[in-house]
Amino acid sequence: MACSGATRVLLAAFGAWFGWGGGVIEWGAASLADGVGQRDGCALVTGASRGIGAAIARALAQDGWPTGVNYRSDRDGAELVVGEIQREGGRAVAIGADVADPRAPDRLFDVLESHFGGPVLVLVNNAGINRDDLVPSLGDEEWSAVLETDLTAAFRLTRRALKRMLRARSGRIVNISSVVGLRGNPGQANYAAAKAGLIALTKTAAVEVARRGVTVNAVAPGLIATEMTSQLSEDMVAGIPARRPGTPEEVAACVRFLASDEASYVTGAVLTVDGGLAA
Amino acid sequence: MSAITTEQVESRVVEALASFGPDESQITREATFEELDVDSLDLVELAQIVEDEYGVVLKGEDMKELKTVGDAIDLIVARASS
Repeated sequence: MACSGATRVLLAAFGAWFGWGGGVIEWGAASLADGVGQRDGCALVTGASRGIGAAIARALAQDGWPTGVNYRSDRDGAELVVGEIQREGGRAVAIGADVADPRAPDRLFDVLESHFGGPVLVLVNNAGINRDDLVPSLGDEEWSAVLETDLTAAFRLTRRALKRMLRARSGRIVNISSVVGLRGNPGQANYAAAKAGLIALTKTAAVEVARRGVTVNAVAPGLIATEMTSQLSEDMVAGIPARRPGTPEEVAACVRFLASDEASYVTGAVLTVDGGLAA
Repeated sequence: MSAITTEQVESRVVEALASFGPDESQITREATFEELDVDSLDLVELAQIVEDEYGVVLKGEDMKELKTVGDAIDLIVARASS
């Protein structure tokens, strides 16, 4: 969707007004006339420029959620997702930030809430990286980087999201964990620890806020065919009871359900979507 | 920024606490949060209301020190004036 020169100037001025420094946030073209429409708020999906995150953003937008499509560096990918959503009649905006940056949650939420004119009522913590190595060779930096992006960022974003969700007496937080957080997987101690930690964070947050109408759940995908798993071997696939990797859409469908009104009594749960791998 | 009066803060705090469940008639300055069945989640929400409306930030350590409704009102007024 083209953004006129005048709109760009307004967007830039808007950015300057909020005083975003150090390139923490940048965002793409969107209509300034966007409002929340049928929903009372909006959704934010982190790491949504491709793969599972992109599929989740599309699914939420189909359910009427104006959606923030967060990316760290793949702006083109995020803009493609936004374009697809808009072509289907949905509302979305690409919003760049590294979720590992402690300043990211406030900036992301302030921008989205202002842009869509309503609170973020659905948060999907999907952004994740991996830096694989066996424990004896795994460095401190590789350990910390994965914990920071895959777990600590989710905590900070959850903390920020709950401020508005508690007041709204409504909210959905879905954390994208992994079967690797449930069963050991050589070479992924950092990733596994982060994903398991994410499940514990999910359960604790869930019981803290349940009586305010806010649900917090985790989705644990198994082997899903995305860029992150492009090295899948035949052996790996043979080990899956369903005998095939899953698709990003199959994971997104689980998130869509958990974010829906129908899932209002589901909280603190881990929904495994793995073709039977961790059963 | 206009001065915030103790009366305004008291009225807002009582209104907020009443929305968490207790009967408004029970909410006196001397009433303890425990007596009112106001727990830490309610206080987190109260802190958010206070931040939104008065720009006063109450941290976790602050909230732990508060035992009565009066404690909360006094702290908010003190922070708002400083």
